[in-house]
Amino acid sequence: MAATERHLRRRRDRSHGSGGPLPRAAKPAPPATPGAIVDLSAVSKLYDGGHLGLDQASLAVTPGEFLFLVGSTGSGKSTIMKLLTKELEPSGGTIRVAGKDIADIRRARVPYYRRNIGVVHQDFKLLPNRTVHDNVAYALQVTGGTRRDIRAKVPDVLRLTGLATKLHNYPDQLSGGEQQRVSVARAFVSHPPLLLADEPTGNLDPETSIGIMQLLYRINRTGTTVMVATHDHVMVDKMRRRVLELAGGRVVRDQPAGRYRDDESTREFAARMRSDAPSFDPRQW
Amino acid sequence: MRVSFFLREATRALKRNAAPSFAAMATVVVTVLVLGVFIPIVEATTGAADTVRGKVIADVYLKTNATQRDRERVQRLIEGTAKVGSVEFISKERAYAEEKKRDPEVYDVLGSNPLPDTFRVTPERPDDIGDVRNALAPLAPGGERTVADGAIDEVRNREEDTNKILAATSVVKLTIAGLAVLLVIASILLIANTIRLSLYARRRDVEVMKLVGATDWFIRWPFVIEGIIVGALGGIVAVLVLIVMKIAIVDPLAADFALIAAPETMNFGLLIGLLLAASVAVSALGSGLSLRRFLRV
Repeated sequence: MAATERHLRRRRDRSHGSGGPLPRAAKPAPPATPGAIVDLSAVSKLYDGGHLGLDQASLAVTPGEFLFLVGSTGSGKSTIMKLLTKELEPSGGTIRVAGKDIADIRRARVPYYRRNIGVVHQDFKLLPNRTVHDNVAYALQVTGGTRRDIRAKVPDVLRLTGLATKLHNYPDQLSGGEQQRVSVARAFVSHPPLLLADEPTGNLDPETSIGIMQLLYRINRTGTTVMVATHDHVMVDKMRRRVLELAGGRVVRDQPAGRYRDDESTREFAARMRSDAPSFDPRQW
Repeated sequence: MRVSFFLREATRALKRNAAPSFAAMATVVVTVLVLGVFIPIVEATTGAADTVRGKVIADVYLKTNATQRDRERVQRLIEGTAKVGSVEFISKERAYAEEKKRDPEVYDVLGSNPLPDTFRVTPERPDDIGDVRNALAPLAPGGERTVADGAIDEVRNREEDTNKILAATSVVKLTIAGLAVLLVIASILLIANTIRLSLYARRRDVEVMKLVGATDWFIRWPFVIEGIIVGALGGIVAVLVLIVMKIAIVDPLAADFALIAAPETMNFGLLIGLLLAASVAVSALGSGLSLRRFLRV
């Protein structure tokens, strides 16, 4: 797809530039896992009420990876997402993103840090009084993007997400799947190196979910690291990507990616997702 | 790009949230109206109190055998004393004429003029009356009073009247000042609360804006601009009503009643300017500050 290629080209152009897309620490602390884009070491989060959200969790994600976080409600998936966007502060341990300890980021710099992370939520979190186009454009406007920037990038990403015809609709005129696509488009419009999706298909029917997963896969193929928290086992099993399972705030399973063709096109991918093989669990449907 | 973006965001928000914006504006209108009526009343009351206080004076009686030169010397002495506002000389003849007019029979019986020459001294500020008296008639160690000049017989400040006037007018002034402060606090709280409510309705928007990496000030500016617009609109409406009220009610009355016209109330234009500036400032600050709570994400 042409749009995908354009994103790839932009990514390449940027990596040749002097500064990387993520803020660099003045004195980078040696990452526990060299080259990891996300690196949690012994991270704990104790909530105010005394609930332990994360308990000494450690994980490392290499750039370009597609990672699933699975686990029941309260296992700590969302806590990891919120820690990564600095909505929450960890009670212990260190979180490094692109080699930089994010505890060092001052409060005033947090917005600039967040611009490097695309976030997709279960409840879409769209601005209800803006059109699809304006919702996506807002992500560029806040970063000081010019009108030309917006004109170049927004239609592109809307085409990528299949929303080109819904440009002027308001969120409440869209289906759940379309709203989630807007949310993905907004998260990806500035081409962040890291995309977090917290239960992106939680509110959607299976067929729509496949569409969203297909979209995330397409984004992942442009080189963006994608982390998806979900409890949709069927989806996870079919994707055959790396799976981290959490339980009670601990990482209880780290299953490396299964066998899949690197060059699988998104259409082939979607076809495979829709097929019954390899595991069909009727309880999920 | 930036300024126009903020302006567009602010006007869009105003249009989309018409009801809360209107509520905020109505609050501003009512508050400014009340203040606009109350401020001149405060001023008129304090003005009236000051007029009364202007009657606080000290009488300097000269000895009956004082000569013309004594009189001139004492006048220079009084005029050179600190905190003295004005001095009025009342000759014994004039004093006699005044008193006789007030009580003719008594003065008929007296026949001759027993009254001394008098300087009527008005202090710069009514509260200074004690100091002026002490300067002209210092307290001696024994509790007696001496006089600053041999030709002065006695200095009196009509103690009872003076103390009553000073006490009564300070009570009036303090009460009015207290009321004014309360009213201003109430107005600010009212406006702040209304703004808070309209922001509360949009806290989700703020959350989303923070999520995509908007800085605090980037989120805040449209709200502040919105506050300025709401404050200005509310202020203008209220001021228009005030102008109509002044022309239709106060001005015709002022022609008939001296009290409304008399004491120096603030220039109407200045009053209007102040009210407008205050309504804009309070609304803008109110939106900017109220937002702080929702920015902590």
